Amino acid sequence: MSSNLDQLYRQVIMDHYKNPRNKGILEDGALNINMNNPTCGDRIQLTLKVEDGKIESAKFDGEGCSISLASASMMTQAVKGLPVEDALKLAKVFYDMMLGNDYDDASYDLGDIEALQGVSKFPARIKCATLAWKAMEQGVGKKEEE
Amino acid sequence: MSAKEWRKLFPILDQEVNGKPLVYLDSAATSQKPIQVIEALDKYYKEYNSNVHRGVHTLGTRATDGYEGAREKVRRFIGAKSTQEIIFTRGTTTAINTVARSYGMANLSEGDEIVITPMEHHSNIIPWQQVAKVTGATLKYIPLQPDGTIDLQDVEKTVTEHTKIVSVMQVSNVLGTINPIKEIAAIAHKNGAVMVVDGAQSAPHMKVDVQDLDCDFFAFSAHKMCGPTGIGVLYGKKALLNKMEPVEFGGEMIDFVGLQESTWKELPWKFEGGTPIIAGAIGLGAAIDFLEDIGLDNILKLEHELADYAMERLSELDGVTIFGPKHRAGLVTFNLDDVHPHDVATVLDSEGIAVRAGHHCAQPLMKWLDVTATARASFYLYNTEDDVDAFIKGLTTAKEYFGHVF
Repeated sequence: MSSNLDQLYRQVIMDHYKNPRNKGILEDGALNINMNNPTCGDRIQLTLKVEDGKIESAKFDGEGCSISLASASMMTQAVKGLPVEDALKLAKVFYDMMLGNDYDDASYDLGDIEALQGVSKFPARIKCATLAWKAMEQGVGKKEEE
Repeated sequence: MSAKEWRKLFPILDQEVNGKPLVYLDSAATSQKPIQVIEALDKYYKEYNSNVHRGVHTLGTRATDGYEGAREKVRRFIGAKSTQEIIFTRGTTTAINTVARSYGMANLSEGDEIVITPMEHHSNIIPWQQVAKVTGATLKYIPLQPDGTIDLQDVEKTVTEHTKIVSVMQVSNVLGTINPIKEIAAIAHKNGAVMVVDGAQSAPHMKVDVQDLDCDFFAFSAHKMCGPTGIGVLYGKKALLNKMEPVEFGGEMIDFVGLQESTWKELPWKFEGGTPIIAGAIGLGAAIDFLEDIGLDNILKLEHELADYAMERLSELDGVTIFGPKHRAGLVTFNLDDVHPHDVATVLDSEGIAVRAGHHCAQPLMKWLDVTATARASFYLYNTEDDVDAFIKGLTTAKEYFGHVF
C-alpha cells in the first residue's frame, strides 16, 4: 500500500468517518443548507445556529465518501463557537491547504483538520473535502442577507 | 489476433500509473485510441488541413474527400440507406438535443406523450423534460423489472396512441442491460410514435443495423469507440429529416441568403451549420476502419467473456453488490459494503487501476437502485483476464484497507 494512500486516509480521518461529530439536524429556526457535489452524488445537509455574529451550533447530515463525511464532521467541530468572520477565514485557510498552497496555521487551532492535508495530493478528491465548507460559507452568507 | 495483440495498438496503455502498470477499466466513459486513429488525425493536420465544401484548391478537395468519405464509412457501419441520413454532431448529447429541439418542439403539444425509461443517461432525459415543459406534453417512464431489464408488456402498457416519441438507450451505461430496441420500435410505430435510440454504449461494442432495428433516429459518439472526442453522429430517416428545421443557422448550411430570408442546403448539410468537425470525422472514419478490421462480433464476444469472468471473480468476494441483469454488456457496476465507491476508486487508482465512481449521469437510476453512487468497471477490446485479476486484487486491498477501520 502506498504511503500517499496512508496520507489520504489518516487514522483521525477514518475516526471521524466512523464516529462523526455533530451528526444530525438542528431544529428551531436554524439556518438550513442543502448542497451536493453534482459530479459524484455526495450530499450534505448542514444546519447552523448563528447568534450575534457567532456560530453557536452546527450539525450535519448526508451521504458521501470517507473524505467528505470526515471533513464535514471536522468542519462542524472547528467552526462551533467561532465568530462568523473567523469561520470564513478558516474556510480560506482550508482551501489553501487543499490547493497545496502555504496556509496560515498560526492564527487558528486547526486541530484534526490538518489530517486532511493529504487530500491535496489527490485532485479528484478535493471537492469531496471542500463540500461541507462551501455549505458553511453559503449558510452564513444567507444569514447576512437576512 | 487476440486482445493481447490488440492492446499493443494502443500506445497509452503502455505506461505506469502510480508505479503500477495501467489497467484501464473506464471505457464506458471514454475509450482509448489506437495508433491508426492517432495517425489519421496527425496526417490530416500535417498534410491536408483545409476547410471543406468551398475552396477550389487541392487541399480543400482532399479535406472534403476525407470528411465526406468518413460519412460513407458511418453509413456502412450502421447500415443506413443513404449518407443523407448521417449528420455529424458534437456527440450523442448534441444528437439527441437536435431531435428534441427540431422534431420535438415542432411536433408535440399538450396531450401528447414522450416515453423513456428510468435507466436513461441524463442526455436522454433532460432534452425531453425541456420539450415537455415548452410544449405541454407529458413525460412518461416505462417501469423496470427488479433486475434492471425492460418487459415488453410494460412497453405495451406505457406507449399509447397519444405517444409521439419513444426514446430508449440500446445498452445501459450502468446496468449493462441490452434493451430490445427492435421490439420497442415496433410498439412505438404501432402507436404512431417515432423511435429514438441512444446508441452511445452499443455502437462501439456490437453490430448495429438501423434498418433492421427500424429506429427513426439513432445517436452515438466517436470517443467511446476508439475515435476522437468532439464528434458524434445523428442518424435519422430521410423522410423525417427532410421535414425538420435546422437548429443551428449560419455558414455552411445555407443554399441562398437574402436580406430577410434564407433557404437551406439539402440533407445532411442543412444540419451542419458552421465549419464542421473535419478532423474529428476523419478520426471517426479511421476508428470505424479499425473496429471493422477487428470485427464487432469478436469485440462483443471478448467483452461478454470478460464480464462473465469479472462477475464470477466478484462473487468470490464477500460484501459485494452487483447491479443489473445476468446477461449484460461488457461492464460491471457494483458496490462494496462499508466502502464508498469514491474510496474504492481511489484505492484502485493507487494500484494503477482506473474505474468510474459516482452517479454515472444517471441520477434517476441511482434513485431507483436506492444508492447515491456506485463503482463501475467497463471493458473494451484491449482488456484481458489479467486486467480483471488486477481489479479483483485491488478490491481485496480496498476491503482490507477499510476493513481494519471498521
